[in-house]
Amino acid sequence: MSGGTPFDTLPAPLYTHLAVTTKRSEGETPGPPESEAEGEAPKEPTSENLAEEVAEALEDVGGFSLRVTLGSLAGLVAYFGEVVALLLQSVRALFTRGLHGGDLLRQMSVIGAESVPISLLTVGFTGAILALYTADTLRQYGAADLVGGVVALSIVRESGPILVAVSIAARAGSAMTAEIASMKVSEQIDALRTMALSPVEYLVVPRLVASLVMLPVVCVCADIAGVWGGYVVAAGFDIPATTYLSSIRLLMEPDGRDITQGLLKTVVFGGIIALVGCREGLETSGGATGVGRSTTRSVVIAIVLIFIANFFLSFLMKNANLF
Amino acid sequence: MSDAADTAPASATASAAVRPKIDIRDLHFSVEDREILKGITLSIAPGEVLCVMGLSGSGKSTLLRNLAGLVKPTRGEIYIDGQEISRLSEDQLLEVRAKIGVVFQYAALFDSMNVFENIAFGILRGPRRRENRKLKRSALMQMVAERLRDVGLPGIEKRMPADLSGGMRRRVGLARALATTPDIVLYDEPTSGLDPVTAAQIDDLILRTRDQNNVTSVVVSHDMGSIFRIADRVLMIYEGKAQIYGTRDEVRASNDPVVRQFIAGDINGPIQVRRR
Repeated sequence: MSGGTPFDTLPAPLYTHLAVTTKRSEGETPGPPESEAEGEAPKEPTSENLAEEVAEALEDVGGFSLRVTLGSLAGLVAYFGEVVALLLQSVRALFTRGLHGGDLLRQMSVIGAESVPISLLTVGFTGAILALYTADTLRQYGAADLVGGVVALSIVRESGPILVAVSIAARAGSAMTAEIASMKVSEQIDALRTMALSPVEYLVVPRLVASLVMLPVVCVCADIAGVWGGYVVAAGFDIPATTYLSSIRLLMEPDGRDITQGLLKTVVFGGIIALVGCREGLETSGGATGVGRSTTRSVVIAIVLIFIANFFLSFLMKNANLF
Repeated sequence: MSDAADTAPASATASAAVRPKIDIRDLHFSVEDREILKGITLSIAPGEVLCVMGLSGSGKSTLLRNLAGLVKPTRGEIYIDGQEISRLSEDQLLEVRAKIGVVFQYAALFDSMNVFENIAFGILRGPRRRENRKLKRSALMQMVAERLRDVGLPGIEKRMPADLSGGMRRRVGLARALATTPDIVLYDEPTSGLDPVTAAQIDDLILRTRDQNNVTSVVVSHDMGSIFRIADRVLMIYEGKAQIYGTRDEVRASNDPVVRQFIAGDINGPIQVRRR
């Protein structure tokens, strides 16, 4: 990027326009256009010419945006394909070569048990904040008794699964990528392969299974913390515990669908965290810098995919009445 | 190619009266536009020690990675026990790798495990995992202790790789590779960075392993003393090709100026080291 300007990626007409404007603002008189310098008669600046130029510039900007969008979409589809391929390899390795209990327990501890404190804190405080805002507003409408239900619904269906997934992506997903990436750059993955052990079998499968199992477990704990956090604040608004709990029973589906839908989301999020974390680690190159780059990419991609998946899952659960 | 290199196939054929353990035919390997190996052909008999020498970046380690199936050749064939491995899938390669142990240049120890776990890992999770599954803990500890004694590092089972010096890590890597009793061991600079006594000990271990188990060894090395001590045959790779391939006496007596300059470590001569 040395020697480049911030305008380098802009379409040509916009670049010219911005460059001229910049020169003017810096007190320089812009030189004559190339055509003028070559002896051609300069075009008179008319409103028609200006409109034409603006239209061309906008067309270029539109084309540029379209190319960027299509490029990003194509990249996203290709990435999704790679993640699905890793998922299929993992499923195959799981059924053909089995799963080592010790590896699974270690990963369940790292991904699940060690992520409980941060998940409890984030979701607990989110529950408290939800109660803080809703209790005051609901009281104005004489519906303060519903605070418990509103907080519980928000936590169980949306905030809990998302916050747990984001916390674990940041904490365990990054650790997953960093560990696998440093194994890759120090030839430990090659050492595994020379021992007739597939990296997918040894590294990906235990992390994937542990994530699929542990995210719902952590989410249950976090949901309880969120509801409890809401109650602590609600109590400050003189809402008794019995009222808080009865409103939860009132607003939530009696068949527990709200809870199962939320937990189902965490299963998908767990898969995303593990597959993205492992994929980024396994594709690392370039020494310590590469490890850092992969770790950052892993967290960013996992969080983006979690939010995208959350939208589609919520849409399906709400509109298609699935699950 | 030099005269000595021209005669290489004949000597290779002579040694291959029995089926070669490793047979490499016209091996080419490229990364992007850069051709690293440009047609290596050789045969290695069972129990033979082949030393591979050459300038840094000449493709010696790449040759080992091709032999271990860690990368696929651009062109050419690699036969191990008569089985062509360069077109095998990753799953099929896992079976082939059961016959191979690799000692990596920087040891590649698993840094989340202590020394005992590193060596035991190969035994319990490696190619012979089914046979070793019912191994008692005491037997396993004894096996690991023996391997560590072999490399001159008794009693370091509980130490973590981060607490070991480079030379110690290298020797633990060697112990790990030998713990699975492979038929073929590929050594990537096993003695570089070691003191002369320890290096001689490693050389002795390579020869003992060969003598006891008829292990075929491919040793990449810059250590001329070590090469002429242990090699049955020597291959020198220069500019991606086999500059010379012959017995250690043939190599030692070679009049090829490239080989002579390399062995003597002379600055002046046909080898011009490129400044990067």
